[in-house]
Amino acid sequence: MHIPYTHHRLANGLDILIHEDHGCPIVAVNVWYHVGSKNEKPGRTGFAHLFEHLMFEGSEHYDRGFFQPLQEAGASLNGSTNADRTNYWEVVPTNALELALWMESDRMGYLLPALTDAKFENQREVVLNERRQNYENRPYGFAGMAMMAALYAPDHPYHWMTIGGADDIRAARLDDVKAFFQTYYRPRNASLAVAGDVDTDQVLTMASDYFGPLEAGEEPPRAEFTPPPAITSDIRLVLEDRVELPRLYMAWHSPALFAQGDAELDLVGEVLASGKTSRLYRTLVYEQRMATEIAASQNSREIGGFFQIVATAAPGRTLAELEGAILQVLGTLSERGPTSLEMERCQAQAEASFIYRLQTVGGFGGKGDQLNAYNVYVGDPGFFETDRSRYRKVTPEAMQRVCREWLRGGARIVLSVVPRGQAALALEGSQPVSVA
Amino acid sequence: MAVDRSRLPALGPEPRFRFPEIRRRSLANGLCILTVEHHAVPLVSFLALFPVGAASDPGQRPGLAAVTSDMLDEGSGDLDAIELHESLGRIGGHLESEIGSDATILTLTSLARFADRGIRLLADMLMHPRLEQRDFDRVRELRLNRLVQMRDLAPALADRAFTERLYPDHPYGHQPIGTEASLRGMALAEVGGFHRSMFIPSRLTIVAAGDASHGALGDLAEGAFGGWSARAGTMAPVDPTRLPVPPPPRERLAVLHRPAAAQSELRIGHVSLPRSTPDYHALLVLNMVLGGQFVSRINMNLREDKGYTYGARTSFDFRRGPGPFALHASVQSEATVDAVIEAMSELRDIRGARPVTRAELETGRAALTRGYPQNFETAEQISRGAAQLALYGLPDDYFSTFMPKVLAVDEAAVTRVASEHIDPSRLLTVLVGDREKIGPTLDRLDLGAAAEIPPG
Repeated sequence: MHIPYTHHRLANGLDILIHEDHGCPIVAVNVWYHVGSKNEKPGRTGFAHLFEHLMFEGSEHYDRGFFQPLQEAGASLNGSTNADRTNYWEVVPTNALELALWMESDRMGYLLPALTDAKFENQREVVLNERRQNYENRPYGFAGMAMMAALYAPDHPYHWMTIGGADDIRAARLDDVKAFFQTYYRPRNASLAVAGDVDTDQVLTMASDYFGPLEAGEEPPRAEFTPPPAITSDIRLVLEDRVELPRLYMAWHSPALFAQGDAELDLVGEVLASGKTSRLYRTLVYEQRMATEIAASQNSREIGGFFQIVATAAPGRTLAELEGAILQVLGTLSERGPTSLEMERCQAQAEASFIYRLQTVGGFGGKGDQLNAYNVYVGDPGFFETDRSRYRKVTPEAMQRVCREWLRGGARIVLSVVPRGQAALALEGSQPVSVA
Repeated sequence: MAVDRSRLPALGPEPRFRFPEIRRRSLANGLCILTVEHHAVPLVSFLALFPVGAASDPGQRPGLAAVTSDMLDEGSGDLDAIELHESLGRIGGHLESEIGSDATILTLTSLARFADRGIRLLADMLMHPRLEQRDFDRVRELRLNRLVQMRDLAPALADRAFTERLYPDHPYGHQPIGTEASLRGMALAEVGGFHRSMFIPSRLTIVAAGDASHGALGDLAEGAFGGWSARAGTMAPVDPTRLPVPPPPRERLAVLHRPAAAQSELRIGHVSLPRSTPDYHALLVLNMVLGGQFVSRINMNLREDKGYTYGARTSFDFRRGPGPFALHASVQSEATVDAVIEAMSELRDIRGARPVTRAELETGRAALTRGYPQNFETAEQISRGAAQLALYGLPDDYFSTFMPKVLAVDEAAVTRVASEHIDPSRLLTVLVGDREKIGPTLDRLDLGAAAEIPPG
């Protein structure tokens, strides 16, 4: 099982990946730029994402907004930024493929001549409103920021979240945009995937025509970082927020994306908190009813990962109870490993999730997006099957080993988020943390 | 070849699209099975549709339908809740259940080779839920906790206030989750009674879609549900097509004060038309122009021109009965009044002062028609499409008539439905935000005195 594709690299360094799927008369165009919030500097956080917004505001040869001609052609389209990359996609009827390539290549090559102060200032306001809507005005919305800041030192590029600090967003200047574009938005730092009801040779010709003339640019600098020093004793923090129920966040450093132990921890997350049969759900929510919700996940990224457990206390129950129960469940898993039934279930779920991922050509997580992800992160667009085999090879012993190696006592960040004015509901010894 | 950047490339000829064929099978117990073949990936998706939703909650028991649907996967037949989910996990199954005003829908997707086990699990859940006290206690408690958490969710607060004020004493007037008092007073016997009398085979539609033949899909569904004995329901679900249209609320502006809120959550709208309206396609086009896509008037004004919000949209929530038309946005506190004024002027102007232009009409129609095939890429999408036919009583050739009907909508039709079906004098505006930051200028809205929405 795989995603068959053809790979070409243009002279300017742009990778072109083409996948044919004739199921539906649509085609996905997907572009990844290997730049994200980890390429930002302290004091200018949030910039990569703000920049993404400007990519939708028009380019030199079509300066009336990016959406208009594409929506008129029946496209759905979007983009997103995370710590490691920025992606853009359109899904269009096959007769609009050339239009999508025209538009994507125009903003890759000729964004700056169309950029104005007015557009920049407008999108800065929009992004500040996005931050208010998705973080400031949302219960527990600041917890992620507090966790990242605690897991990574201020000069590590995962110290801040992609949305960035509000003051940093306000401090952004138009000149920064120009420098950022010239440094990172070059063909040699990008990967183009076209997936859908198309003919490979025709796509290659068309894409080469549109993207071939763009200047390669310089090799962009890599994000600089010092690996975070190991946490040597648990750090307990408390954050007061407009919430009704206290919530506990517990995190450890963990392997980077595709590194040794990454897949094992993914399955540990499944066994711990995916579905009603999972150990934490069953113990904390189903049997003891001390938590209203529970989540556990391996969050692996390009230069590091963190494993996180999140549990919300049921009314009248304490975070200390939650912590005790979580540690007991973890202890048992570390000591005895998963059961054969759990192995069967989490392997079946992993297997199914790879097949679910083959259902759509476009959009976030569609086949075009996956080809680009594998190309950008491991330099092999055909990594699908290797990726899948990572999960098949996981043994119960290996899962037990990663629990012992990574999810240790004394190496945790533990954050209590409690209702305003009720700091006493936090775990004992928690230090107040403030997030702007 | 050198590319021409002096103009956008023309679109090629429209690709042909064949809508998936839907076949029907009726069982002796009254159950209806729809099958759709979809061979792209080795998956099968089963969807169960009951036309029983939150509107069928007994008057004193808002939330009963939702608790009942929540109890379906809490153990069935020989399996307790844990064993049931163990079985689902082993087939890589993905179960979702959702409840709206008019219907309860359960969807189970699994690897095609486990289709037989999947459909049997789904059938067991619907036909023989165990409905045990300890599971009921836990499910109810989780829902009560959810209600507690919703007190801090501005969008949920706004939706609730908006719904309650548009539909007082009406089956559409409460959220499916119900209220604290109702959940606390609910007994397990009520759930059992609701299930027994509402969930009967003649009301059920099963859509089976995926990597198998019509015959095989139909046989799977028939094998799993054929033995369910026909019986009459002792309680009839609310028939939303017979629901009255509630009168417009007396107060046109209502504010929920949330001290230190980072934004104002905004809803503007009124009761609108049922799905069966002959103006359905014209209203879809109107909505695209007004607030249904990125390049719509309201989003371009409030976001791209003014920067008041991350996004603003409008929608007609078409149901079997008269659902709401609403504008949704979360706006910067200090700009709240200006945002409402701009939104109101867009809602007013499209009715005639600034009618839809040819270019807007074409963009709106094209987005609906050219983008249509994208809705049929996965088995689950196709199941959902087919379920709409069953829920709204649409003909089997509905999909293939959709595009021509949209393309037949012209400027005059859009302006007519805008002036007939958006009524500025009836619009209700709900604001959830910090009154201090919104400022003393609410009078500028000219909506009369603002009603205070009590917190909690």
